[in-house]
Amino acid sequence: MAYFDAASTEPLHPQAREALLAAIDVGWADPARLYNQARRAHLLLEQARTEVAEALGARPDEISFTSSGTQAVHLGVLGTLHGRRRAGRHLVTSAVEHSSVLHAAGVHERDGGTAETVGVSLTGRVDLDAFAAAVAGHDTALACLQTANHEVGTLQPVTEAAEICRRHGVPLLVDAAQTAGRMPIPPGWSVLTASAHKWGGPAGVGVLAVRKGTRFRSFLPEDERERRRVPGFENVPGIVAAAAALRAMTAEAAQECSRLSALVDRIRETVPKIVPDVEVIGEPVDRAPHIVTFSCLYVDGEALLTELDKAGFAVSSGSSCTASTLRPSHVLEAMGVLTHGNVRVSLPRGASAAEVDRFLAVLPGLVRRIRQDAGVE
Amino acid sequence: MTEVTQPALTIDALGKKCPIPIIMLAEQINHVPLNAVVSVLADDPAAYTDVPAWCRLKSHRHVGSYELPGGGWAIHVRRNY
Repeated sequence: MAYFDAASTEPLHPQAREALLAAIDVGWADPARLYNQARRAHLLLEQARTEVAEALGARPDEISFTSSGTQAVHLGVLGTLHGRRRAGRHLVTSAVEHSSVLHAAGVHERDGGTAETVGVSLTGRVDLDAFAAAVAGHDTALACLQTANHEVGTLQPVTEAAEICRRHGVPLLVDAAQTAGRMPIPPGWSVLTASAHKWGGPAGVGVLAVRKGTRFRSFLPEDERERRRVPGFENVPGIVAAAAALRAMTAEAAQECSRLSALVDRIRETVPKIVPDVEVIGEPVDRAPHIVTFSCLYVDGEALLTELDKAGFAVSSGSSCTASTLRPSHVLEAMGVLTHGNVRVSLPRGASAAEVDRFLAVLPGLVRRIRQDAGVE
Repeated sequence: MTEVTQPALTIDALGKKCPIPIIMLAEQINHVPLNAVVSVLADDPAAYTDVPAWCRLKSHRHVGSYELPGGGWAIHVRRNY
């Protein structure tokens, strides 16, 4: 079975597994207490915090651990808006942010705030002029932009967006879920979010970093943990494993990501040559190293995923028929690209050239058969 | 009002999920003369994005999408070749 769905979750890194098993034995006690076992858990937690901070370009005291990337986004968006209530009530996001950002925006609107989504190009890159105009609004309290799009891999102009935000005194929340551990974090963020299981850590650990000087106030009931930003007992073994995975992934990133990126290039170049009526989506060069997405005309995305699964390939799709909702992916809609017959291939660490070649060998036949079954000439 | 040409052909794809509306459009676009307009009636939200995207890929022209009183859209496509 070839696992090509790293953008959903990266398999647990061997070093994370080792760290997790060790930390379950020694890091189980409450890190907020004062006895020996607790001090050990506290030490492990703070070591992990220092390592994660260093890998993400933050200070340890700026880092809080959450229970997921989604929770980091929810707390980051709503906590920053809460902290800046007097500055304004307007939230600016790109139209292709992760659903956690858009759902947090929905809560903000129901609470009387306003939210605005900025459109993207055909390749999924945010319109910087429109973004700048939205940020310049007198009531803007927060802007959000992802480092790379989770469905099509397009890199966003985060450095430029951060400069725009800085000029207008508006904090920028950067969602680095798809690139943390794979690419350096672009500078200029005020709030940074990430998810450990996307970089080979375990599920159940997210990161919320709040830059010193950024106004932030949790909207949840008061809790002493994680600098009052995140409620609840820390998952110390999970956090230790997350830090080990991030350290390992970051150390391998330069070499491994350029290898995966070459495989993505091979898919991007080959698919249109061997499958008729196909559109490869997203930025061809300014993209995350491991993600490639294409849509096949006249093909039911669910049928294609099922056939690929039978042929031994785990991939995902933004087509509506494969999602829990009736709507197609908001990302593909915002880009104005074909939403049906959509396949996202995202390569995990260690994905082999042989697996990619086998994928390219079986794909044309599967697409042809599905089209024939649908009566397409 | 030069834009809203009377369609030469209406394809009823209401109740049909993508890619079926697109398959119907591809099959039938050549049934109308050059520069004539085909109207695709569809209520799958995917069709709202996919018909214009198909036009871009196939170099036909998406004229406009008009909401239908009962839900869905009449999506107008001009045959270019």
